[in-house]
Amino acid sequence: MTTDIKSIYLDNNATTRCDPRVVEEMLPFFSEQFGNPSSIHSFGSQVGAKVREARAQVAALLGAEHDSEIVFTSGGTESDNAAILSALDLAPERREIITTAVEHPAILSLCDYLKKHKDYTIHIIPVDKQGRLDVAAYKAALSDRVAIASIMYANNETGTLFPVEGLAEMAKPYGILFHTDAVQAVGKVALDLKNSDIDMLSLSGHKLHAPKGIGALYLKRGTRFRPLIRGGHQERERRAGTENTTGIIGLGKACELALTYMEHENTEVARLRDKLEQGIISQVSHAFVTGDVRNRLPNTTNIAFEYIEGEAILLFLNRMGIAASSGSACTSGSLEPSHVLRAMQIPFTAAHSATRFSLSRETTEDEIDYVISHVPAIISRLRALSPYWDGDKPRADAFQPDYA
Amino acid sequence: MWNYTDKVKDYFFDPKNAGVIDNPDGVGEVGSISCGDALRLMIKVDPETMVITDAKFQTFGCGSAIASSSALTELVIGKTIDEAKKITNQDIADFLGGLPPEKMHCSVMGHEALLAAIANYTGEELAEDDHEEGALLCKCFGIDEGMVERAVRGNKLTSLEQLTAYTKAGGACKTCHEKLEEKLAEVNAEMVTEGMLTSAEAFTLGGAKPVAKAAPLIQISPLAAEAKKAQPVKPGMTNLQKIMIIQQAIEELRPHLQADGGDVELVDVDGDSVFVHLKGACSGCQMSSITLQGVQGALMEKLGRPVRVIPADARRLMDA
Ligand SMILES: Cc1ncc(COP(=O)(O)O)c(C=O)c1O
Repeated sequence: MTTDIKSIYLDNNATTRCDPRVVEEMLPFFSEQFGNPSSIHSFGSQVGAKVREARAQVAALLGAEHDSEIVFTSGGTESDNAAILSALDLAPERREIITTAVEHPAILSLCDYLKKHKDYTIHIIPVDKQGRLDVAAYKAALSDRVAIASIMYANNETGTLFPVEGLAEMAKPYGILFHTDAVQAVGKVALDLKNSDIDMLSLSGHKLHAPKGIGALYLKRGTRFRPLIRGGHQERERRAGTENTTGIIGLGKACELALTYMEHENTEVARLRDKLEQGIISQVSHAFVTGDVRNRLPNTTNIAFEYIEGEAILLFLNRMGIAASSGSACTSGSLEPSHVLRAMQIPFTAAHSATRFSLSRETTEDEIDYVISHVPAIISRLRALSPYWDGDKPRADAFQPDYA
Repeated sequence: MWNYTDKVKDYFFDPKNAGVIDNPDGVGEVGSISCGDALRLMIKVDPETMVITDAKFQTFGCGSAIASSSALTELVIGKTIDEAKKITNQDIADFLGGLPPEKMHCSVMGHEALLAAIANYTGEELAEDDHEEGALLCKCFGIDEGMVERAVRGNKLTSLEQLTAYTKAGGACKTCHEKLEEKLAEVNAEMVTEGMLTSAEAFTLGGAKPVAKAAPLIQISPLAAEAKKAQPVKPGMTNLQKIMIIQQAIEELRPHLQADGGDVELVDVDGDSVFVHLKGACSGCQMSSITLQGVQGALMEKLGRPVRVIPADARRLMDA
């Protein structure tokens, strides 16, 4: 079908559209009920109750046992930093950290800093070519010298899921705190934290149709915690600063909605994702899906198109009204493909072209059909320009540049 | 995303002179698939007039790489070989109404391909004798002294960030930053003598530009940081013991690399420099710098002292 679709948003792992129902829920708290939740007067009388409701909504989505296990923060990055720094502060004699090669920079740059400036030893657990964690290496790194293991729930680039429940259980006998960056998983994967050994979990509002700049850190009851930000008594002294009340109320509503869409996300969104992936792969040669296809988020596909470059693909997609993203060097302003693709040792013929399509509950079948009908032509067009491509296949004679 | 000019977009979406010339008189090929961009330029030259009558390109790369390649062909067609030799990478960028600073390396790649195609046509060696192409400075992107010098002179570059934006040199593993800074300072000093730069503008070693040095883009090489941390030489370790430890550490690493279709072999040890041969899957560009760093880290851990792991073929180039 060829309606003139002008904008198709398939970059939901970068950020999502704020759900209009979320916005509606927030609006009165900007200009009517704008009071400080700590105040006694009537301008804030409903605010405290609304914040409590939001905390319960977040706890419900996570399957947390107690609402008080939720600490509101400014987002995924803050939650990640707070979790790791608290764990280190609490166990000064433990000088090691376990994490993975494919974490978000919110974890990796912090670990890099801790290594360079605070002399911590960082165990960076590698992944295989499908992006699966080397569990043997993880096991080998466990010891009572380790303060915290921080392992992401789902990878933002490939959607690959790590078996964090099991990993948390493995860490427990060593007294290691277990944290997971679940920013991409929350709202897409059903969670039941009350029955897990996960001590801390980060989530971010803007990945689940809430606004940017709001997030939460789950802290299992009994997990000791040293705040990252000190000041007033907000959040039971675990995160100071006047609450981002509108953000919190929006996040609560978004979590409530996410719970109602959980099944849709894992059936309908997954079906559309599979359709998109199959539709592209079946029409385009030398294209393959990266990551662990049997074990990943329902909304994500990351497809590498050999012998062409990712930014060029995105520019053409954008011209057709399709928003996606790429791990290619050129789009990020860095000169190398993303650390995730490199950690997976994607062959260099493909690492520069990996293109991520990330859907949401708002994605429609028409949109997917439109994308399927446009991608093959874009790929052929760029391959026709490529010195590595000849007609309908890679060039047989090796291209031998002067410097390489 | 990038702020490309309309002209860049036009030349990307609708490139002129894309394709192949069947019997080209000159071909210039630069870049590599592992580095993320590569360009083949083909030219047809009238032997009587020495005029470039046709030019076509094939490019693997981003939007500005494709646009720069196409712009290059437009610039050279109709020019004599001598005129074409005078085209600079800035001319390519200007033709397109400018490129984002981070993308200037695309115009430099075009310029390098042009020089290569002309040299291929005239039969000249690309490296003139009095002006050796020199040592490979950036192993990750294969950038040698000659290219650094051309980019610095041609574009009056005075900082390491600019040099990386124009040539990519130093943009991956960062271990070459010191060498790049030395080269930049050297060329800038020459340019000051020649009146091309004022001494205030020139880059000098040792903190004349403390602001640029503090910028996050310039990190001390990870090696330097490691080196400071590593313990002093274990007293009493003989050279032979050192070599044996290195040999043993490399043998331990090989199965891991072999599992990924690669291999590493010890070639020589010279002071703190360990020369190795990387084979197979690990010898691609950025990928090899990761492998080298891994090997280096493992060796430093075993030896308790800083070492530099260098691919043996880079030494050949350094000695040349
Ligand atoms: C896995 C992961 N962790 C952390 C973050 C950072 O979250 P925020 O943008 O809320 O700081 C993101 C989002 O970019 C992410 O994908």
